[in-house]
Amino acid sequence: MTRLLAADAIIVALAVTLLGAILTPYAVRTGRRNWLTLSYAAVYTNFLLVTVATLALVFGLVTHDFSISYVAQVGSRATPTFYTIISLWGALEGSIVFWAWVLAMYGAAVVWFNRKRAGNLVPYAATTMLLVQTFFHILLIGPANPFQLVSPVPADGPGPNPLLQNHILMGVHPPLLYLGYVGFAVPFAFAIGAMLAGEVNDGDWIRLTRRWTLVAWGFLSAAIIAGMWWSYEVLGWGGYWAWDPVENASFIPWLTATAYLHSVMVQERRGMLKLWNLNLMVGTFVLTILGTFLTRSGIISSVHAFTQGTIGYYFLAFIAIVLVATVALVAGNSEKLGSTGQLDAPLSREVVFLLNNLFLTVFMFTVLIGTLFPLVAEAVRGVKVSVGEPFFNRMTLPMMVALLFLMGVGPALPWKRSAGPELKGKLTPGVIVGLLCGAFGIGAGARSPYAVLAFTFAGFAAAVNIGEFVSGSRARMKAHGESFVTALVRLVSGNRRRYGGYVAHLGIVLVAVGVAASSTFKTEREATLKPGETITLAGKTLRLKAAWGREEAQRSVIGATMELMDGQRVVGIIEPRMNYYPMSQQPVPTPQVRSSLTGDLYLNLMAFKQDGSNVTVKVIWEPLVPWIWVGGMVIVLGAIIGIWPTRQRTVRAATAPQGAAT
Amino acid sequence: MNWKRSGIAVATLVPVIGLFAWGLTRDPNNIPSPLPGREAPSFALSVFAPGQGELQRPVGDTMRLADLKGKVVVLNFWASWCLACRDEHALLSMLAQEYAGKNVQFMGVLYNDVPDKGRAWISEMGGQSYPSVDDPGARVAIDYGLYGVPETFFLDVNGRVAYKHTGPVTPNVVHQKLDSLMAAGALQGALEVTKPAAKDIKPAEAR
Repeated sequence: MTRLLAADAIIVALAVTLLGAILTPYAVRTGRRNWLTLSYAAVYTNFLLVTVATLALVFGLVTHDFSISYVAQVGSRATPTFYTIISLWGALEGSIVFWAWVLAMYGAAVVWFNRKRAGNLVPYAATTMLLVQTFFHILLIGPANPFQLVSPVPADGPGPNPLLQNHILMGVHPPLLYLGYVGFAVPFAFAIGAMLAGEVNDGDWIRLTRRWTLVAWGFLSAAIIAGMWWSYEVLGWGGYWAWDPVENASFIPWLTATAYLHSVMVQERRGMLKLWNLNLMVGTFVLTILGTFLTRSGIISSVHAFTQGTIGYYFLAFIAIVLVATVALVAGNSEKLGSTGQLDAPLSREVVFLLNNLFLTVFMFTVLIGTLFPLVAEAVRGVKVSVGEPFFNRMTLPMMVALLFLMGVGPALPWKRSAGPELKGKLTPGVIVGLLCGAFGIGAGARSPYAVLAFTFAGFAAAVNIGEFVSGSRARMKAHGESFVTALVRLVSGNRRRYGGYVAHLGIVLVAVGVAASSTFKTEREATLKPGETITLAGKTLRLKAAWGREEAQRSVIGATMELMDGQRVVGIIEPRMNYYPMSQQPVPTPQVRSSLTGDLYLNLMAFKQDGSNVTVKVIWEPLVPWIWVGGMVIVLGAIIGIWPTRQRTVRAATAPQGAAT
Repeated sequence: MNWKRSGIAVATLVPVIGLFAWGLTRDPNNIPSPLPGREAPSFALSVFAPGQGELQRPVGDTMRLADLKGKVVVLNFWASWCLACRDEHALLSMLAQEYAGKNVQFMGVLYNDVPDKGRAWISEMGGQSYPSVDDPGARVAIDYGLYGVPETFFLDVNGRVAYKHTGPVTPNVVHQKLDSLMAAGALQGALEVTKPAAKDIKPAEAR
């Protein structure tokens, strides 16, 4: 019953999206604009139908309806309800359902917010959204159908992959990732819509998509950080980033989207980079689909790989269509996209934006090439190779450091003209703070030039970006006689996008410092301990109290109780564990982390004697790792400030300091 | 539309798509090895890390594959610069102790590394229960067709490669392989005892 409802909803939705995608261009071409009501209705109906299918699948999971193939594949009566619900995105088919639902939601939102707009941009954007949606419906009816009948109905299922039911972040990271990834379909749809409607030279679509891009970017940033956090908390290797193809797949579109968020300002203010921005927007979407293809098709070896099937060929066909059609469209429209402005000064803000885009693009290609290289090597030379951390670290560190530097320079420079003598006053505090931070890094034992540069530039960028808040508030305090807090609030709310950007910069600085410190100063030790024995690392002493085992509903757990000592006093308990799930062969390590502002004490249980007489634990001191998570939250805060709607447009224009509006 | 530009742009993309299409026909995790089922390449390597307790072999002692015939051999290639080797170290060390006194020889082979660093790594990791040998010039590693470290080879009592494991080992893999290889070895041993003639010829053959 549930199964048929969901399966039929998807089939009807396919018909609706196809119909809408055909109807809309026809209505526009023949001038029957009142028909557009019908095509917009198709978008809403599609959202409704996919919602029904998604809820039906969740209902099937919760009620353990093992006649549904997806439930039989990932469900289990022993799994707690929370993990049962989130196993919606725990395997291939369910994740495609969720993807389709998020896409339908974005489609409905885009049409709803722009339904009254004149012109052909929105109808064509809606068509593009519907076509993308059609592809996902085809997947759900064909190679990724979660609603097949299982007969005879099994009494119980294996449960989700143990790694995916071991931590609460599994309920956070994937939805954020989908909201970010799928969100880039919106600016893509507007870009395609603008080209189809012949409005590409009109700056309007850029303004319309700006906020949507920022929404998707905010979600993707949060998702990447949450993914790092999940990997750190769950996998037990004490790291958060390994340049795995799936991590790269989420990072590559982030780089192009970040580039776009900066270069679009150059287009808005100076009328330049129109073709470039269009390429970035289309490219970001294509890269999200490419990333999905790489991770779902099993084409590249990855720890994250989903089960494989014929789905790879569907994705390949879709990529081929999207790539060929959009690249042809962009190239064909390129002559309309000439610049109306030009670069006037060598040391102006737009030049820094250009450099920022250059570095981000090269960064993107580096990661992309590193990710695809094994495939190329096998095709050309017939050898198996793997491209690992050393390649990525060596190639990308210079770019990361350069970007940190630019992040400090950019906000201090004026638009259009070269910086004058006021630059000195703006940069001096930054330079002092930067040098102090660099010196502090060296003093703490950093010897790698990149680490020292990272600390220096992080301090520099932080000081300059904070300086923008301080100087802006001071100017308001002087001009309007406001208190500092009032001035700061009004300053930020008067130009949310600009100051949201600076907040995001500060978040990036925190992440950069956390990454630089933890990769430079990380220390670890491993020891086999008997109860009562201690291990000391980074001035912290841990004593093994006992090893224990217990049975839980869905798993058995082996753990070690470690006491954190301060002299002879016990100041804390850390309990790393190993979880054994019945349907899985390997134990799932469950490290325990004790966080503080200065760093994490990370404990992982490596091995144990059956009789509990000794255990092997790995202790890792991870300096400043919590800064990465806090930085991620600050980045999201910046995105929220930038997205927040501004009501008093006229007031803003009147009070914004000269040259401040971005 | 500018068809020429469009055409050039599309033409550059076709090879990329073709590459992906070809890639879909490959399994990226399948790293082929012709060794399983064949006779293991012989070696004579000197011990640089002695191991502990009853598994100990004196430093400088030479371990030869020929001397290990009749035993199941677990040959683990590792290096101090290898991150994944850290993950399996404690497990291997513990398993070797578990199988001590049985018909199994665990040994580590240092790959592209120097013994001093290997020893420092072992003491940093809290000791290694079984001996490790050095492989200067990675000659043995080449014979075994190593792609990277860690890789672990399981040799049966007749000195044939029974199984090759890429990446860190898991308790299940080791238990399963060792138990089945030991059972096969015990069966073969039992057969040889009942065939005294065959057993008598063996030393002569060995020479």
